[in-house]
Amino acid sequence: MKDLLIIAIGSALVNNVVLSQFLGICPFLGVSKKVETAAGMGGAVVFVITIASFVTGVINEFILANKAILGGKLVYLQTIVFILVIACLVQFVEMFLKKSMPSLYQALGVYLPLITTNCAVLGVALTNVQKEYTILKGVINGLGTSVGFLIAIVILAGIREKTEYNDVPESFQGTPIVLITAALMSIAFFGFSGLL
Amino acid sequence: MNTCLERLYNGIVKENPTFVLMLGMCPTLAVTTSAINGLGMGLSTTAVLVLSNMLISMLRKIIPDSLRIPAFIVIVASFVTIVDFLLEGFIPSLYAALGLYIPLIVVNCIILGRAESYASKNPVLPSVFDGLGMGLGFTIGLTSIGMLRELIGSGKLFDHQLIPVADMASGQSGYVPVTIFILAPGAFLVLAGLVALQNRVKRMAARKGKKTAEPVSCGENCASCAGCSGSIFPVENKEKEEK
Repeated sequence: MKDLLIIAIGSALVNNVVLSQFLGICPFLGVSKKVETAAGMGGAVVFVITIASFVTGVINEFILANKAILGGKLVYLQTIVFILVIACLVQFVEMFLKKSMPSLYQALGVYLPLITTNCAVLGVALTNVQKEYTILKGVINGLGTSVGFLIAIVILAGIREKTEYNDVPESFQGTPIVLITAALMSIAFFGFSGLL
Repeated sequence: MNTCLERLYNGIVKENPTFVLMLGMCPTLAVTTSAINGLGMGLSTTAVLVLSNMLISMLRKIIPDSLRIPAFIVIVASFVTIVDFLLEGFIPSLYAALGLYIPLIVVNCIILGRAESYASKNPVLPSVFDGLGMGLGFTIGLTSIGMLRELIGSGKLFDHQLIPVADMASGQSGYVPVTIFILAPGAFLVLAGLVALQNRVKRMAARKGKKTAEPVSCGENCASCAGCSGSIFPVENKEKEEK
């Protein structure tokens, strides 16, 4: 129980996925204009990464690293298998939500295709394998990481809403000032490094 | 031969992936803590880009249109796996430094973008040079950002102490490194400066009435960036629906 908590806090706050590992920069900068859309994107990322880390964990444990199948030598296929599985999974989740949970689909639907090959999803799947997490630890790591993404993108969107009409030097308008905001947030998140 | 030189020029100068198109921002931010890491990442990406462009261009008439993106992903992922193992075997120090970001070359926008927009439509030789040009442009971008961060952040360049660092203990005067530049926030700060510079250049060019290449920035326009955003499968779905 204690290691699960450490993994969750570590991946959500201490090693924040965007602010210290630079995964998923594209949606972080692209979909952070408004808090609502940012929260929607964050929610979709939480959903997809958690499911993806479970599915890739299962595939790795029972097929790729299974001693009964070619003596577990299939691990070299990890990158190829994971990226295809994640791409298909997002499609499948989208279709499933559309059919069976229309309300959730309306909230997350627009953002789902945007995450298909978001580097954070593949990044979490590969981290789980590299650190040799069990399936449960992998899912917790995925959940923590994606909640970290949610926190970061919502905070950034909040700051961007407040600073939208600020007087910024002409060259720094648009992306540059967002990047500087992200840099300051990244410095702030250093404060969490003493937590563990 | 002329098209080949034109592709090289296009990749390195006119449509430089780092400075003009702003593609592949995740590795650009993550691995440029030193010039050597930037160079290694750039060259690994170049290798994958050249090989995948070559194979995709060779197979462009065989791969059915509706299955092209999954096919491209499998080809790219295979080459990334090969590069991953070669680095692990022959340059373990670089492999340790780049870590997770080597397999993540798969989701680099530049590679799928070039496959989709150039290699799948053009003959083999120009496609190879297109990959080489783009890859070298990316390498130059990563290396120069890495040099800047390494120089400001530790006074070193390619791991050689270029500026003598101040030593508090012995009272020796010298350069006090701004360590934050080799930490995570430094990446955002350097990139912010870079984009601001690009904005300025573009404004000056616009004033003179020149047209500059339109950036397909990952940050600003996720939908147009095939690799990061995965506008991949939805495109196919639309095509299926039309059929």
